[in-house]
Amino acid sequence: MSGSRRFGALLVAALGAVLVFLIVPVVGVFVNVSPAELLSSLGEEGALDALRLSLETTAIALAIILVVGTPAAYLLATRSFRGRSLAVTLVELPLVLPPAVAGIALLAAVGPSGLLGGVVEGAGVELVFETAGVVVALTFVASPFYIRQAQAAFAAVDPTLLEASRTLGASEAETFARVAIPTARAGLYSGTALAWGRALGEFGATLVFAGSFQGTTQTAPLAIVERFGTDFTGALALSAVLVALSAALLLSVKLLSGSAAFGSGASA
Amino acid sequence: MLRLEAQTRLGADFELDVRLEAPAARCLALAGPSGAGKSTALRIAAGLVRPDRGRVTCGEAVWLDTADRVNVPPERRRCGYLFQDYALFPHLRAWQNVAYALRELPRSERRPRAEALLERFGMSGLANAHPRTLSGGERQRVALARALARRPAALLLDEPLSALDARTRASAGRELAAVLSETGVPALLVTHDFTEAALLGDRVGIIDGGRIVQEGSAAELAAAPASAFVADFAGAVVLTGIARAGPDGLTHVALDGGGEVVSTESREGPVAVSIYPWEISLAPSGPPSAGSAQNHLRVEVLSITRIGNRARIGLSCPQPLTAEITGSSADKLGLIPGAGAVASFKAAATRLLDL
Repeated sequence: MSGSRRFGALLVAALGAVLVFLIVPVVGVFVNVSPAELLSSLGEEGALDALRLSLETTAIALAIILVVGTPAAYLLATRSFRGRSLAVTLVELPLVLPPAVAGIALLAAVGPSGLLGGVVEGAGVELVFETAGVVVALTFVASPFYIRQAQAAFAAVDPTLLEASRTLGASEAETFARVAIPTARAGLYSGTALAWGRALGEFGATLVFAGSFQGTTQTAPLAIVERFGTDFTGALALSAVLVALSAALLLSVKLLSGSAAFGSGASA
Repeated sequence: MLRLEAQTRLGADFELDVRLEAPAARCLALAGPSGAGKSTALRIAAGLVRPDRGRVTCGEAVWLDTADRVNVPPERRRCGYLFQDYALFPHLRAWQNVAYALRELPRSERRPRAEALLERFGMSGLANAHPRTLSGGERQRVALARALARRPAALLLDEPLSALDARTRASAGRELAAVLSETGVPALLVTHDFTEAALLGDRVGIIDGGRIVQEGSAAELAAAPASAFVADFAGAVVLTGIARAGPDGLTHVALDGGGEVVSTESREGPVAVSIYPWEISLAPSGPPSAGSAQNHLRVEVLSITRIGNRARIGLSCPQPLTAEITGSSADKLGLIPGAGAVASFKAAATRLLDL
């Protein structure tokens, strides 16, 4: 066997190991629970509540992340200013925080006796043990995933396209909306998928900051952990639904960004 | 008239310091090596770069005056900017690229107007195409239609032909020259290719190290370069004529205004003959001497410019032609303005470009 063929076989073996290791647990979720059991345990009180809450809170968190994160990422990607690299590092900080620490940090910042607790209370907003608190926790842990990806996507946009837009009569804001976002959209989609996936699976920060109360703060991952001790089948059923949701999310983003993947025809 | 005056620091020891004017319906071509600052000059005119000090006016409109703190943003300067790689929006179809510039029109009129502009550039069948599916020449035409869509008060062209292959360059250059004279607005073009500058520019400014070192017609620059840099850069001389295949296997070009040149390159129809001054030797009038040179043109000496130990001899054949010979040869030949001479060069020293 020649050296290059042996190396080729090594690469294939490595990829095979990766796929088996990643796929088997997911398959396990589905084969351990029969469709009948899955349906009946979903009918159980609390399970649907948790799924509904997960979808609502992640959707709101994602909307906040997209609306605020997109222009922020554009600024980081297209301007150089004093403190820019510090800002980039700060945006990435939540990525390396253990989720429980993120929850503690949120309590210390906007909890009742936290740094800005008075301000939050004064505004008449209750976060701790409330659905709004779940949204805050999800936004905190998921936003860096989107902003990093969006920043990279905007940085990859050919700057002469933005300049061309200006010389054709478009303001900076119009250029952002009509050239930068459409040409960066493949990266924006995948950032959205990453952030959404992260938010759907969020557990630690939510538990510490907002608690686990059915109907108000118990999202699907929290419900799964609660069932885990007493009702393994119920935990499996909820897990299966979460896996299906996440897979559907990933797939739809792949399809969207596939249709957005145009060649950079103008930059010959 | 487009006037631009700017000083700005571009690097540790590199300052751009230019002052230029392009009159209406005329094209000023700035030619220079890459890194000379010519693109920056163009970007200052468009408002994409703000110089440390400067003033840009177009007709009556003041676009930039650093002393008066005036700096009109790019979208409110009426510039048609043709980018080097055309910068077509990849997510928009050809007509949408053109319609992007038509924001001042009511929405319903944009598409018909964009399609009419594309049709004018022979692109009517490709209005729905995405830029990635277009050839270089087609992209250039879409970009040109888009740049002209706003009825610009000035045209700015960045290396308009350099992204094209040799075949497309000729027709694209011809079209561009026609557009420049048709639109009637001042045009500023930058290029690293002196031949491109000579073909498209009514006047040529040679830019080096951030400064315009000499400005004049292409023939003037070749015949009387102000420095060794200009002499080397403004090399190729361009003669125009009609080419046809000769019985000897060479191409014979009947020059506009008289005279004939033979070339080893094959072309038919209107061409530009490009030749470097240092390929041309001069001899006193009289029967041509035997030698390998096939071309012997009767010329009149117009000017003699010495650069160090070389001499640039401006000639009339009667199209302007330039020879570069050593200073001592110029002395030996006793060349003076008004004298007759014979300019000789090899058929293989010529390059033919379609016109």
